[in-house]
Amino acid sequence: MRATTCLVALTTLLGVATLAMAKGAPPPTDGGREVELASPRPASGNPFTMPRWSPYVAGAGIGVLCCLAFLLSDKTVGCSTAFARTAGMLERLVRGKAVEAKPYYQQFKPVVDWEWMLVAGLLLGAAASALLSDTFRPHWVPPLWAATAGTNPVVRWVVAFFGGILMGFGARWAGGCTSGHGISGTLQLAASGWLAVAGFFIGGIATAVVLFHIILA
Amino acid sequence: MLSTLHSRKGAQLIIGLAIGFAFGFLLQKAGVTTYDVIINQLLFRDFTVLKVMLTAMVTGMSGFHVLKGLGLAQPKVKPGGFGSTLVGALIFGVGFGTLGYCPGTVVGAVGQGALDALFGGLVGALLGAALFAALFPRLKRGILSKGFFGEATLPQLLNVNPWAVIVPVSLAVIGLLYWLEASGH
Repeated sequence: MRATTCLVALTTLLGVATLAMAKGAPPPTDGGREVELASPRPASGNPFTMPRWSPYVAGAGIGVLCCLAFLLSDKTVGCSTAFARTAGMLERLVRGKAVEAKPYYQQFKPVVDWEWMLVAGLLLGAAASALLSDTFRPHWVPPLWAATAGTNPVVRWVVAFFGGILMGFGARWAGGCTSGHGISGTLQLAASGWLAVAGFFIGGIATAVVLFHIILA
Repeated sequence: MLSTLHSRKGAQLIIGLAIGFAFGFLLQKAGVTTYDVIINQLLFRDFTVLKVMLTAMVTGMSGFHVLKGLGLAQPKVKPGGFGSTLVGALIFGVGFGTLGYCPGTVVGAVGQGALDALFGGLVGALLGAALFAALFPRLKRGILSKGFFGEATLPQLLNVNPWAVIVPVSLAVIGLLYWLEASGH
């Protein structure tokens, strides 16, 4: 039984790997426009300085990281409880210790835990990747937004801020986000994970379609 | 052996940081910390997000269940319900489509220089989490408890062996990705 199980798992992994190798990475883009590479790096070049990797290679790597989190830490990869804890820490700075008595902060204590460190590492890892490939670009307005809604940074800031509020609020309401429910939940075949990921994309697709095809069109 | 490692607090924080670093690195290399890539996925013009998520899920699904079978991974299924998970996910989706990043990728976007992600998305998301903490006592007994189904998994609901779900789901995902590539996406 166990041998069959492992064989099936191996076949699945091989299938994904073959697919990953069959197709290379999409052309490097920096937010819509092609990255200007002084000289195209040879295929045998350093992968760490390449601006884009195949989504299948990156995806398989993330799947392996989720397994390592279970194995080494008895944890799941997720991001949004770190937001609740940080919100609690900031509230405590402003309003003092009494904040800790709030029922939600009893459940998610405003402390630095494993997942908080994961999110801190995420920031550093993304920055390292961007710096290594020279794609680190301080910018206020993403190219697609600029092409559709104009280059005014205040407009983009206000929209991003309200979007952020709804996203942070909804993630805590749902008990997880695209990583906690969307990857860690679905890979455990959790009913909550599959339901959540359906809701995330139904809401996201509907909003993006209304925003880009109706409001900004 | 591993339970000793699990109980070492300092070592755990370092492991968390290291896994996070690799996670952020891969998200940035995949291109999914970029606003245009995420929005173009929601508008069905670019399928990078779907490819990354599905590959991660299929890889992790087999890996996790093999580890679980060997007694090396403990399941951590989040409880769910229609009033909590589904309603929350739809609110999240509206925010996700408006902002153009999710909680992980908004942090990754900050790492590659997106100031709209830092001062708009990240600040807003922290405020949203604080808002939820404030409303939590009132929501808890109301809508959050509606349609509660707990820590159910799909194999439990279907009353089958997990691999009877993993194999067809993996094959369907591989088929979908193959079709996406073949049709030029």
